[in-house]
Amino acid sequence: MSRVRVLVGTKKGAFVLTSDGKRQKWDVSGPFFAGWEMYHLKGSPADPNRIYASQTSGWFGQIIQRSSDGGKTWETPGGEKLPESYAPPAGQSNKFVYDTSSETGKPLTTHQWYDGTQHPWEFKRVWHLEPSLTDPDTVYAGVEDAALFRSTDGATTWQEMAGLRGHGTGPQWSPGAGGMGLHTVILDPSNPKRMYIAISAAGAFRTDDGGAAWKPINQGLRSEYIPDPAAEIGHCVHHVAMHPKKPGVLFMQKHWDVMRSDNAGDRWHEVSGNLPTDFGFVIDVHAHEPETIFVVPIKSDGEHFPLEGKLRVYRSRTGGNEWEPLTKGLPQKDCYVNVLRDAMSVDTLDPCGIYFGTTGGQIYGSADGGDTWNAIVHDLPAVYSVEAQAIP
Amino acid sequence: MIRVVIPAHLRTLAKVEGEVQLEVPRPVTQRAVLDALEAKYPVLCGTIRDHGTFKRRDFLRYYACEEDWSLESPDTPLPEPIASGKEPFLIIGAIAGG
Repeated sequence: MSRVRVLVGTKKGAFVLTSDGKRQKWDVSGPFFAGWEMYHLKGSPADPNRIYASQTSGWFGQIIQRSSDGGKTWETPGGEKLPESYAPPAGQSNKFVYDTSSETGKPLTTHQWYDGTQHPWEFKRVWHLEPSLTDPDTVYAGVEDAALFRSTDGATTWQEMAGLRGHGTGPQWSPGAGGMGLHTVILDPSNPKRMYIAISAAGAFRTDDGGAAWKPINQGLRSEYIPDPAAEIGHCVHHVAMHPKKPGVLFMQKHWDVMRSDNAGDRWHEVSGNLPTDFGFVIDVHAHEPETIFVVPIKSDGEHFPLEGKLRVYRSRTGGNEWEPLTKGLPQKDCYVNVLRDAMSVDTLDPCGIYFGTTGGQIYGSADGGDTWNAIVHDLPAVYSVEAQAIP
Repeated sequence: MIRVVIPAHLRTLAKVEGEVQLEVPRPVTQRAVLDALEAKYPVLCGTIRDHGTFKRRDFLRYYACEEDWSLESPDTPLPEPIASGKEPFLIIGAIAGG
């Protein structure tokens, strides 16, 4: 029987939760990298024991960690202690340098700042790591200030995919309240050249040629908080999800509005339907049912907690519009936590497991497609990210 | 040998305990000390000063002989007690945040 591993990034370290296929009893290991902000951890689909982790700190900057044994031990690729006689270019794994060459994508030097002026790109941290579907040594990094980097040597060195920043709309990108992060990277399993990314607050973008050329895919989005609500650029996309069996269908949790596209992002339409509020951060798709999606409605942009103190996951089995609250096992009073954009994940067991983490430090799991929930752990630091893996 | 004290999180990252000892050619400057530190522990590259610009990270300070050297030129020779190893060069994280 397969086992499950859940990788948890928190404000003060990383944790690895493991269980058998029943997903009733869990072992918790960690904290790893205690005291550091762990923005995201994710395992390679090609080798589940290869895990990448973004370790960051306001004091010490960005570190990339890598495990080759499922999270038991970790290393900083390229950062190893070296013989005295050897003097290589050092510490490359935490080196994210924007491409400024004129040959590789007309890279930009400024984006829009809060006051409308132009501001230089400044690397701050890695928000999201997306390992290749086929090569354990290839991994993509979505960073703040928004850009996409790729490593093909197991995160030892990183190169910017400068065509994204250079495609033309970059000067219109601006930071959201949490910074200008590239937080979503989706790889199309049916087309290795196609990739989707999303940025707060710029919108969603797609490449069809492996990352050289990009285009905004924001038609149909409407954001009342920007000067032109239907603008091509400026939407605060919170997260995007896709089912691998239906790669042309995308689901988006925007700042406000839950959206759907049936044509790879060329056009979006709203599927918020009967949700009690359509503000939120996470959105995910059932592992075996491409039209079953999950969100956690949050009261508003000014009040980042559930409505009425009731933590409810909403499930739609119709690809949106018709939603049902899932409450069994979740606190239904006095609950005022948030669920951040990368803090929900599904496993591929049958029945599908669903997991999410809160800013209150709880990890909730459901082993029956969302019908019932249990708190796997109660008291972690604020949870930034959750990624589930099924392990043979 | 030059003695360097680095913040606890960086000691963990570099897998060292206590003070770090470095061979640093004279004249012993901030730049020479940090170059030697990063050469011996590459994982520290970018954690104390930025890649490329070598600008000190905002929330770190340098101290030598009970004086703040953070705003000094990186090429100013450090005091003799640092150069001789009598006193440690201190890299200190700002007390901020929670």
